[in-house]
Amino acid sequence: MDLSALGNCVISASCVITQTTSGLIIGLLLFMVAAGVSLIFGVLKVVNFAHGSFYMLGAYFAYTAYQVTGNYAVAVLAGGLGVAIFGLLFERLLISRVYGSPVLMQILVCYGVILILDDVVKLVWGPDFLSFGMPSTFQSLPILFAGGVIPVFYLFLIVMTLVIAVLLGLLITKTRYGKIIRASAVNPTMVSALGINTGVVFASVFVLGGLLAGLAGGLAAPVRSLTAGMGLSVVIESFIVTVIGGMGSVAGALVGSLLIGLVRSFGSIGFPLFTEGLMFLMMVVVLVLKPSGLFGKEGR
Amino acid sequence: MTSRNRPHVGRRSVLKGAGAAAATAIAGFPFVSRAENKPIKIGMVTIQSGRFAVIGSASSKGALMQIEKFNAAGGLNGRKIELIVRDSKGKPEEATRIAREFVNSEGCEILFDSDSSAAAFALQEVARETGVLTIHMNSETSSLTADPKLHVPTAFRAARQGIHDSIAGGSYAGEIAKQKKLNKWMGCSPDYAYGRDSNQLFFKYLKQTYKDAEVIGETWPKLAQPDYTEQLTKILQTKPQAVYSCLWGGDLTAFIDQSSIYNLFAQMDVFAINIADYAILTAIKNLPKGIHSGSRYLASFPKTKENAAWAAAYRAKYNNEFPLNWSWENDAGAQFVVEAITKTKSVDSKKLAEAISGMTIDSPFGVGGKLTMRAGDNTVINYATGWGQTIQKDPFVPDVKATDWKTILELENEWKKEMKYI
Repeated sequence: MDLSALGNCVISASCVITQTTSGLIIGLLLFMVAAGVSLIFGVLKVVNFAHGSFYMLGAYFAYTAYQVTGNYAVAVLAGGLGVAIFGLLFERLLISRVYGSPVLMQILVCYGVILILDDVVKLVWGPDFLSFGMPSTFQSLPILFAGGVIPVFYLFLIVMTLVIAVLLGLLITKTRYGKIIRASAVNPTMVSALGINTGVVFASVFVLGGLLAGLAGGLAAPVRSLTAGMGLSVVIESFIVTVIGGMGSVAGALVGSLLIGLVRSFGSIGFPLFTEGLMFLMMVVVLVLKPSGLFGKEGR
Repeated sequence: MTSRNRPHVGRRSVLKGAGAAAATAIAGFPFVSRAENKPIKIGMVTIQSGRFAVIGSASSKGALMQIEKFNAAGGLNGRKIELIVRDSKGKPEEATRIAREFVNSEGCEILFDSDSSAAAFALQEVARETGVLTIHMNSETSSLTADPKLHVPTAFRAARQGIHDSIAGGSYAGEIAKQKKLNKWMGCSPDYAYGRDSNQLFFKYLKQTYKDAEVIGETWPKLAQPDYTEQLTKILQTKPQAVYSCLWGGDLTAFIDQSSIYNLFAQMDVFAINIADYAILTAIKNLPKGIHSGSRYLASFPKTKENAAWAAAYRAKYNNEFPLNWSWENDAGAQFVVEAITKTKSVDSKKLAEAISGMTIDSPFGVGGKLTMRAGDNTVINYATGWGQTIQKDPFVPDVKATDWKTILELENEWKKEMKYI
């Protein structure tokens, strides 16, 4: 524990800027995956442990598209759309068969898919880890602001993920589709009784979750190492976010992700040996004080 | 006894029996010959799935370089080696289960441990229980062979060792620090046994060479951590003049890619022991110039035609893939075994162990073309090791300064005394 270092950091503009940017980038990329996990759980009550593999596939699809086209924007879109299609197939062919089954059965299906996808990645892209490479547009020196350091690529990622977060928020709160999703999360039987095809709604939630995870994989690919199994740590953190923010709440996922990002960022200065612990500690505190999560609805 | 219960021996049975006896007599020699020709089974426990699957791929390919040569030369009186490779998924308990199955159910006469260090310690105990010759191909954790309490006469390490690399790295970094007056240092290594040992020993030997070196901060990313932003910003805040890291594999490529966007390499000297391995060198799209690295495996170090020829043969055999550090270690380990089999004309573990202990082999990876399996602690020494700085293209680390083994052995001996191993 180094509280004096943390104190010095908090009163230094350069440190605050650097660490806050760092927290934002960790949190916002995490949000892209966690929002999908949270939505899927909220609407379908499915604990989708395979969501980390969606993120992994997004990164690999983007990698291949970048190799072929050399265009980063195309690569990110390919990552997102590719995983959205995969999400649809995953929901229709596999997970829809275990709706309403015990959680253990759903976890088993997801775990099976994780293992299969890891092996598929090895077969298609090889067992070696891959590096995407930084697109030439972003190969520039970091921006210095009040002594703080902000890499240009991270600035781009922050803007992109914030735009996606706002669009997602508008989709969920302001559109008819969003209302149907929110209604399905509360009472799917009633939604179905009103003549809405809940099968299509459920599949669309997986498509949306897949799209977000795939975009996250594609966006993060230039600064992450691509390897089979890369989704595991992301999915664990996503579930922590979901617990902190509240199951099924997109706003909760955003707040939870940003909290985790900032805790990791400032925690590495003050508690270098307990950064991971801080994350779990925060989850425990939320579980004790508000078991449904910061933005979760209390169960009836 | 009634006649009903008595076994009936009729004329036909006698004739059948006589026929069978005659057939056995005639076919007897081919039968014995078939028994002699049964393969020598070697069980390899390694990681073939998940994030570290590259270990299994490079390890089996390295071992097969020697095994196929042995088989092509006729094997042991016609008995060829069959390498059976199984996936432990990186779990020590799975590794020991597989190893026991190899020995007890599949008739494996030799074990290759091509797994992680965590599994190596568990497999050392399997070697102790079963008495089967076991070669640890990848584990670099020094205590595995340095600690006499863990010693097993039939177990050997064919891999480089953490203490050797730390002495090499600390001494090299100390000289650079002296020249450039690098006084403020930071460590950024993975948060598990290997990372902590490597960090501590590197700084120990750095300070031994350059007394003004001071460690002003440390940061410990988790193994397989996807994002190093928090570590990088901490390094930027701490403002050291140099950083040491023993991150490896995909973690290291991510760390370098993320460091580049913070322009870290222009602000300080970085000493990353595990960069000079083709898995890293070829994976990073924009390899920064001037990073100091230890030699893991390079076709250009040692700079001999034998080493270059081995690398070329490996690439020709495996679809132009570059050999990795695990490739040479498994090749060397397998060579000790096949040479011991050839020498003793046996696959008896005890006889093989006696032959391997103290054995010196001709090898492209050794200093002066020789590798020795040191008797006493059963570990390989005299492998080529050194440090140099990166450039962006092949040969990637063009000028590797070799570390003198006399220095390594002297300091290793002192370290063993400090640790009360001797």
